Amino acid sequence: MRYIRGFRDGAAARGLSRLIAAEVRSDREYHLMEFCGGHTHAVFRHGVPDLLPDNVQLIHGPGCPVCVLAMPRLDLAIELAFDERVVLASYGDMLRVPASRKRSLLKARAVGRDVRIVQSATEAIVLAQQHPDREVVFFAIGFETTTPPTALVILEARRLGLENFSVYCNHVLTPSAIRSILDAPKVRELGQARVDGFLGPSHVSTIIGARPYEFFAEEYQRPVVIAGFEPLDVLAAIRMLIRQLNEGRAEVENQFTRGVTRDGNRKAQAMVAEVFELRPEFEWRGLGMVEYSGLRIKKRYAEFDAERRFGLVEKPAAENKACQCPAIIRGLKKPMDCPIFGTVCTPRNPIGSCMVSSEGACAAWYQYRNGLAASA
Amino acid sequence: MCLAVPVRVIKVLEGEWAVVDLGGVESRVSITFVEDVVPGDYVIVHVGHAIARLDVERAEESLALFRQIAETLGIESDALHTRLP
Repeated sequence: MRYIRGFRDGAAARGLSRLIAAEVRSDREYHLMEFCGGHTHAVFRHGVPDLLPDNVQLIHGPGCPVCVLAMPRLDLAIELAFDERVVLASYGDMLRVPASRKRSLLKARAVGRDVRIVQSATEAIVLAQQHPDREVVFFAIGFETTTPPTALVILEARRLGLENFSVYCNHVLTPSAIRSILDAPKVRELGQARVDGFLGPSHVSTIIGARPYEFFAEEYQRPVVIAGFEPLDVLAAIRMLIRQLNEGRAEVENQFTRGVTRDGNRKAQAMVAEVFELRPEFEWRGLGMVEYSGLRIKKRYAEFDAERRFGLVEKPAAENKACQCPAIIRGLKKPMDCPIFGTVCTPRNPIGSCMVSSEGACAAWYQYRNGLAASA
Repeated sequence: MCLAVPVRVIKVLEGEWAVVDLGGVESRVSITFVEDVVPGDYVIVHVGHAIARLDVERAEESLALFRQIAETLGIESDALHTRLP
């Protein structure tokens, strides 16, 4: 496919790498955060760090929904799976994530609970139609990219008059998390990661548009360049960030012009606004409580809200003490700085959330950089 | 998680669905979020839903820029860009 392969061309990547090297100033460092887990994965998979000068550092942000789902929230999903009436429909990414007491949805399934992997929220609707005698719950996670399909199935369930379908909503918002990295109270405890500029997520931005980032550029004086997910996109966006920093600009620029506009996808935004509202606060694994960072289902659609239907109440949960995910997700530490990285904690036996998803900083590092510790 | 792929629309079906070419495999996706989709269009698909139209003109501009970079610097291209989709 031209629009994937074309953006992976080796010759152009070498060219961009040379242009970047020519443009960086040797008297300063460039700390750039790729917010999105998709970028983290792409950066490691295509060896982007090797194409950058030493004073250009990539910091891997918290934009992996699997990684940031708080343990008490995952515990509730497992509680749902253990309800005899329930068929729990989940995106495959969530199954191996470690919850409290080393439980996971995969282990729940191994002891006979009905946990189904779906590729799309629409499949959960089909399950509900196929099993009228069961309660089908869709375990909804994800950033703004994944939220519109969830809104759509709730509207569809209402239209079909489904009485055995509900959604356990864990959708989160990108701008709130970026803000939390820049100024949360936690910054005082953990210290502030130095982030000079952001690579903005491409697919989240197809929905929300470029506009929401204008606030960060303005208020925090940090440049944001929305970047596509392919290696040439990432390199081109890094060059745009370096140029802004050299010229003392802090603007929102769009490298992913083939998919993102300033306004985003208005139709999808309208559906999300119809079904969801902001939670006053929501817990993130690694970031802690973040104000107005999560969505819940509006009262108007209460019958499809699994939290209401099953009376779910969050209980405190303890993370593994050795795990450094909170500092890694904020860009304060690298995976190699964690005492259990690659020994106790591996993709086969993940302890912390950054190791679970292939988009987590630790898993990407483990898969593509392990053994290169000296160059890190 | 926010993984999404550009695909070409082969056929538009009733009820806001379309058949697309997903890496050589025909796949059925929802086009509820993108208006006025016609066969031949490119859309970006995430969890079974088209979430945006792929602006082919802009994509070609980006590719031309990358090709120009490789050529100007005299780096041999692998001719990937001249191949048809």
